Amino acid sequence: MASTMLSLASTTPSASLSTQEILKGKVRLGSGRVGTLLNKEKGNPFIKAKSFGRISMTAAVNVSRFEGVAMAPPDPILGVSEAFRADTDVKKLNLGVGAYRTEELQPYVLDVVKKAENLMLERGENKEYLAIEGLAAFNKATAELLFGADNPVIKQQRVATVQGLSGTGSLRLAAAFIERYFPGAQVLISSPTWGNHKNIFNDARVPWSEYRYYDPKTVGLDFEGMISDIKAAPEGSFILLHGCAHNPTGIDPTPEQWEKISNVIQEKNHIPFFDVAYQGFASGSLDADASSVRLFAARGMELFIAQSYSKNLGLYAERIGAINVVCSSADAAARVKSQLKRIARPMYSNPSCSRCQDCC
Amino acid sequence: MWKCFSTRASRCFSTSASNKALKWWDHVAPAPKDPITSVTEAFLADTSPTKINLGVGAYRDDEGKPVVLQCVKEAEAKIAGCDFLESVSSAVSSKLVEESVKLVYGKNSDIIKEGRFAGVQALSGTGACRLFAEFQRRFYPESQIYMTDPTWSNHHNIWRDALVPERTFHYYHPDSKGLDFSALLDDVKNAPDGSFFLLHPCAHNPTGVDPTEEQWREISYLFKVKNHFPFFDMAYQGFASGDLDRDARSIQIFVEDGNVIGCAQSFAKNMGLYGHRVGCLNVLCNDAKQAVAIKSQLQQIARAMYSSPPIHGILLVSGILSDPNMKALWVKEVKAMANRIQSLRTTLRKSLEQLSSPLNWEHITNQVGMFCFSGLTPEQVDRLLREFHIYMTLDGRMSMAGVTTGNVSYLANAIHEVTKFG
Repeated sequence: MASTMLSLASTTPSASLSTQEILKGKVRLGSGRVGTLLNKEKGNPFIKAKSFGRISMTAAVNVSRFEGVAMAPPDPILGVSEAFRADTDVKKLNLGVGAYRTEELQPYVLDVVKKAENLMLERGENKEYLAIEGLAAFNKATAELLFGADNPVIKQQRVATVQGLSGTGSLRLAAAFIERYFPGAQVLISSPTWGNHKNIFNDARVPWSEYRYYDPKTVGLDFEGMISDIKAAPEGSFILLHGCAHNPTGIDPTPEQWEKISNVIQEKNHIPFFDVAYQGFASGSLDADASSVRLFAARGMELFIAQSYSKNLGLYAERIGAINVVCSSADAAARVKSQLKRIARPMYSNPSCSRCQDCC
Repeated sequence: MWKCFSTRASRCFSTSASNKALKWWDHVAPAPKDPITSVTEAFLADTSPTKINLGVGAYRDDEGKPVVLQCVKEAEAKIAGCDFLESVSSAVSSKLVEESVKLVYGKNSDIIKEGRFAGVQALSGTGACRLFAEFQRRFYPESQIYMTDPTWSNHHNIWRDALVPERTFHYYHPDSKGLDFSALLDDVKNAPDGSFFLLHPCAHNPTGVDPTEEQWREISYLFKVKNHFPFFDMAYQGFASGDLDRDARSIQIFVEDGNVIGCAQSFAKNMGLYGHRVGCLNVLCNDAKQAVAIKSQLQQIARAMYSSPPIHGILLVSGILSDPNMKALWVKEVKAMANRIQSLRTTLRKSLEQLSSPLNWEHITNQVGMFCFSGLTPEQVDRLLREFHIYMTLDGRMSMAGVTTGNVSYLANAIHEVTKFG
């Protein structure tokens, strides 16, 4: 399996490939006007030009009609782990995927998770379908973790929360909602950002562009560039922000800078869209790490927040997360939630029942 | 059809900045309730002691309780305490896929030996269908999908959200409550060459009407002549006949005839793993090399949707399928589930006949799998709900898994009440 993965970057298998060659296979669908790319046969990036089209059958031959399907490029992050696993050198070190490791470089199952698992085994939970929006107790708990249980947005029932398949799945629900209810609106993402953000918006047919974020000269935040680019975006754009512990740079705005960012977003009538994948990892405090989100909510803004429990509860492969939409009224929250469910149903029907009880 | 804008053409902004922010969601209308899950919601809210849920296709025991299969309990015990919460390793995912695909093609199939399929885990049946629908659109952007009339309600949502237009083809004959075979063949013949069709290989949902083996052969032959692509959604393998191999026979007929096929599998019902979201998607290919390419594209679609599927269910399924003893236990348990449903079908039909119902109820035992397409009208379904607290979808589909020896008489009486005058 590993050797198969290594050969993905070139059309002819080769005996040994450097990681760089593997990563070169990254496909960039570009900013803006993504929708047209997938509609036209000409220039369809997924199809090999020479052999596109249906195969006409000759008698009794099993010819696949997917002849024109080209090899997809390896994922630039997960491909690193595959290459690492295939490497036999004793000194190898994996600094690729963002997964927590102990001092001994081992994966870590949190004690609280073990305890919760034992509780569940004792209770003998059944394996019935969750509701489309997931486990109600989980949705309540996850919103409270994000906003604080006493937050007015929670007390006024203004948050539409739907359990999602970790961060990716929650982002995708939001992206599909944006495509459906804000057709033509674009998302601004930081330069750089997590590699999969672009894939998610591309596949959801939401155009995106970048705002300056990382300044290589200072190895810090290009704050002026960021503010300027957010200001320049068409009114009513979605601004994708990392709630804390920015991925990949590790550079977060200061509280004063967050104030200024929220000012300009409010002025331009943009919608803030937070990706909170590392709550707790930035400062060690779950509450402190949510302060950026809480600042925006406290200003009466409506916003999206995607959450992941992959890292902070170590539940990576269980795919536990949520999408939250803060609305101006409980009625709006109910309507938004119903439409998020309508997007989830034809994607996967209902989310994973495993472990979300742990989170409560 | 979901762009339910308010009467204002676009979002309305007032002049002050703080007011502007409060108008984003005005044009978001409440979504219609899902016709299947809303039945369960209503059932749960009902406090009547005699209520019966015949809505969602989820197996129940003779006490009307959900069941965790013994083989699953054993698999849980095996993996409990294992530190397996990181990513799904490719070894584990390959094992799940290979074992799943054996259920489709047979364990000694050349297809498996030669690696001539692209297989990925999927989020149960829905996720497998959606991955395929997205893949179909990506590589055949002008294509449509032909679906049986009727089909599972979520099939329409899945292909619609993947932006693949749908057509229907004749399937159910409301008069005979059986298969409208000649009309089916006509529709297959008249579809443009190389069309995509969505087929239920066994235990059709919602009708419970399956073609016979001879009829499948005719359909398969016609598909080969027309160069159609059959995509099978196999959600109830084991529930049609009680025999897993026999229930996959239709797919094998198509493959033997040289058709190139795709197949979605769900372990929700036959392994009782509903909430774990475990399934598999596979597409037949020319060779192993093409299989790698197609698999990479499917994984890329999945990556932008949810990255990777939940691991717990994968571990359970691959654990059960790859251990001969556990697999044997599972086979027995599937048969037991199918048998219970079959015996309650017989009992329900007999009860209605004993009540001297004026209607013909043969279809209750002719139809197979989890569902009986009762022929009840929406008005009759509504009366069953209001007067008897019996829940089913408006199309008259009854999940027979919700029938028990304890409630079958009550059910028969209720059905008789609402139908005795025709």
